[in-house]
Amino acid sequence: MSCFQTLSDYGLRSLGYGERLLPKADITLCEQFVLIGSGMIWNIYFAFFALLFGFFFAITLALGKNSNFKLFNLPSRAFIFLFRGSPLFIQFFFAYDLFVILPKLGVDIELVFTTITVETRWLTKAWLGALIVLFFNTSAYAAEIFYGALRAVSSKDTEAADSYGFSYRKKFKRIIWPTMLRLAWPSYTNEAIFLFHATTLVFFTGFPAWRQKGDAIYYASYFAEKTFNPFIPYPIVGFYFILLTLIIIGIFGFINKNLNKHLSQKDQKSLKIRLNFIR
Amino acid sequence: MFSYCVEPKSLEGLMWLSCYITTPKHMSFYTSFLVVLILISLAAPLAMAFGFAGAIASRSTIRSLRYIGKGYLAMIRGIPDIVFFLFIPIALDQAFEYLRHKALCPEVTEAIRQGNDFVVCSAAKLPLSSASEWVHDIYGFSLALLAFGFVFGAFTGNVLFGAMAAVPRSQLETGEAYGFSPSKIFRRILLPQMWIYALPGLSNLWMILIKATPLLFLLGVEDIVYWARELGGIKTGVYDYPHPDWRAWYFAVLLVFYLALTYLSQSVLDKISSRLSIGQDTMAGRAN
Repeated sequence: MSCFQTLSDYGLRSLGYGERLLPKADITLCEQFVLIGSGMIWNIYFAFFALLFGFFFAITLALGKNSNFKLFNLPSRAFIFLFRGSPLFIQFFFAYDLFVILPKLGVDIELVFTTITVETRWLTKAWLGALIVLFFNTSAYAAEIFYGALRAVSSKDTEAADSYGFSYRKKFKRIIWPTMLRLAWPSYTNEAIFLFHATTLVFFTGFPAWRQKGDAIYYASYFAEKTFNPFIPYPIVGFYFILLTLIIIGIFGFINKNLNKHLSQKDQKSLKIRLNFIR
Repeated sequence: MFSYCVEPKSLEGLMWLSCYITTPKHMSFYTSFLVVLILISLAAPLAMAFGFAGAIASRSTIRSLRYIGKGYLAMIRGIPDIVFFLFIPIALDQAFEYLRHKALCPEVTEAIRQGNDFVVCSAAKLPLSSASEWVHDIYGFSLALLAFGFVFGAFTGNVLFGAMAAVPRSQLETGEAYGFSPSKIFRRILLPQMWIYALPGLSNLWMILIKATPLLFLLGVEDIVYWARELGGIKTGVYDYPHPDWRAWYFAVLLVFYLALTYLSQSVLDKISSRLSIGQDTMAGRAN
């Protein structure tokens, strides 16, 4: 079987298209590359949506933690502490088992043309349940980053705004918000990389890989089990992740440049990529 | 455990609960919390040793050694560490068995990798198939421990490497001016001064190590995650203590355990860092 054939058979296997049975015997290098690459779709899906939604929620949480109102302050602090103080691995297990014992309900949502039935059953599926956990988790970590940046906004800048008679709204929009984002961006880049790497945990926790539709590391461990040779599938996963990590650094670095472009050359900070840590 | 627990089905309320949480299986569950603490206390010094070796190697003047060190420290950045946690135990196991096979049964000429199998002679098996259960447990735990040491060693190595680079150059030059040998400069000047720079990174790593311990479950060790799933699952009437799916509540207990552990560590680390900051020319040192 040619490698091109393998690509069309297994290229979208992780989404359920193509060949149904996974390769069992005589596993070729091509099959490992294609199937593990197919699994990467899930890693990218989880990371993309968790980061997208998490960004806005994180900012809300950071503002809440910075607020003087107890009603905003305490819940934000509690949320951040809960998700930063416990392992993501346990959060996945807890969330999955909680979703499983939830009553099975269906809620109809009327859209303009059709009716969509939103079911709580979906929560036990990885695409929604695991995404929610990742979303909460990254929100908490990013909130702490944004909170730190918010505290680091120079009081000279805000005083200047005050002396010009800016309203609070205008001061926030023109001074605090852009400065906060600029200061937080290098750390936020690291957070994005951590989150991307943390997506590998999903299918090792309660969330089942339905019909063997799993992520990259799910297939890698499948191959390692079948061939009893860890020296091929795991380096392939490593290769894919290094590649995508570099892409993330590229995208975030581009944004970083834009956030910093008003500064003089010597004040511009380049992205400093630190470690990837498990949580 | 208690005398009234002989007939569990006739019990109710608190009596039932007191019997339920003292079954032998629950005792294993409580012991597994100890396993977590043992893992942390052994993995931390091991990671320190790996990290120190890595940091020194990447500062070496010998080129090949420096590349090995730098490669070790860099490798961890782009690849999710879970890949290493899955890879290292199997790889080490196969490496040990391969070496033992070569040493113990040189008369066997067949290839070790036969298609999808990894075949070594029975004398080279680790642990030996005749070994008792606890030897298997200890061996599994040691492989897991080595994986933790290796991965966290790379993290620690990065922190220590940064800390060594942060020691002001002029301090080292003073040593050179006095005619100290490079190794003496390292021991007497660099090493004592780097800790203050390494502390924030190391305390961060400590928190991360705590939060990485549930990954033991992936390595096949019967840890708290294993027992939480085992005990929390649905127990039908054939069991002494039937109950519905309680896994979520068991994991809630684990969440509380980890939150307490991280909260406790954080307050201790904060104390240490404020103690070390006294008299330092930093923001934290000058405050108050």
